[in-house]
Amino acid sequence: MANLKDLKNRISSVKSTRKITKAMQMVAAAKLRRAQEAAEMARPYTEKFNDVMSGLAASVGDSPTAPKLLRGTGSDKTHMLVVMTAERGLCGGFNSSIVKLAKQRAEKLLGEGKTVKIVTVGKKGREQLKRDYGDYLVGHVDLTEVKRVGYENAQAIAKDLLTRFDAEEFDICTIFFSRFETVISQVPTAQQVIPAKFDGDAPAASSLYDYEPSEEGILADLLPRGVAVQIFAALLENAASEQGARMSAMDNATRNAGEMIEDLTIEYNRSRQAVITNELIEIISGAEAL
Amino acid sequence: MADTMQFDLVSPERSLASGPATAVQIPAAEGDMTAMANHAPVITILRPGILTVTAPDGVTEFAVTGGFAEITPEGTTVLAERAYERHADNRAAIEAHLEDARKAASDAVDHDKAGADKMVSDLVHLLERMQ
Repeated sequence: MANLKDLKNRISSVKSTRKITKAMQMVAAAKLRRAQEAAEMARPYTEKFNDVMSGLAASVGDSPTAPKLLRGTGSDKTHMLVVMTAERGLCGGFNSSIVKLAKQRAEKLLGEGKTVKIVTVGKKGREQLKRDYGDYLVGHVDLTEVKRVGYENAQAIAKDLLTRFDAEEFDICTIFFSRFETVISQVPTAQQVIPAKFDGDAPAASSLYDYEPSEEGILADLLPRGVAVQIFAALLENAASEQGARMSAMDNATRNAGEMIEDLTIEYNRSRQAVITNELIEIISGAEAL
Repeated sequence: MADTMQFDLVSPERSLASGPATAVQIPAAEGDMTAMANHAPVITILRPGILTVTAPDGVTEFAVTGGFAEITPEGTTVLAERAYERHADNRAAIEAHLEDARKAASDAVDHDKAGADKMVSDLVHLLERMQ
């Protein structure tokens, strides 16, 4: 039988753990709300941008003069995987599920004989990928110091990618992040950003609009921005997902701690009673012996 | 009063303005243009400059640093990469951009050079008007 003091210590330690997880859950809930608001505010821009771009892309389409960012390099040998994860752990399966998806993709591409390069955004993903894919890591973006993701963070990542693309370091770029569905469900997603793909459903826009300067000129100006816009949207989704995942993970942990405290308390009371009974027996048998 | 149209100014991070406007003066890449209700549909790139919005309840001015504008007969939507209210407090932000643009211009070669230089001069001009 565990002794009483040990049990008492364990109960108090689980209690303070529960306090911590409870606090983390509440912090995550507050941050989640802010992250969701940020994602919502960014939505009009992203939607409008994609509408215009898909119209433009449809009308310029496959013409040989189309910019490389839209047409691609004509090869698909080298793939760049941008894996976006959180800077912190303790958020359930959030980081692992993104990394798992990226690993599956990398495995498949390597199996096909393609070259894979990986850029990580966020410390946790890098730690997990370093073990198996350390040789493929070509870059890392650290957002530890960033309290709130801003557009300039996305711009910096996009700029780095575009420089690499111009230097012909890769042909196809895919970003991995977690799409926020609800607080309890975040879906790891892979999205191709270079060559650009737009999911807006606008028809070819050339008939509708006058362009100033030409369609190609506008595309050449906007496509690089498009990469930043997509990365920004992904970062915001990721931020909301991370907080959602942390919130539900911490909720589970809090509940678990509660159950553990109950079990331990019952055990503590039982052993306390056993000790009292024992003492009584000793006293009584001592008295009888006299 | 002339007809009004719907005007929206959005940046990636938030929506800055939305409401009826009678005229919007846009710093387009190839010169300023003013959009009013029933304008022919145009999509244009922005250069750094001052965006002037004339609404029934007054005139508002914003400093924008690039992006594009979509003009339709029903309304005008400006998607600015960065937008600030025209206010002396926001000069610092523009100055930071100018710093970046200067650096980009000094790194640029051949055909990029002209674009980068123009960016710098547009920003300088914008700063002068931000008093």
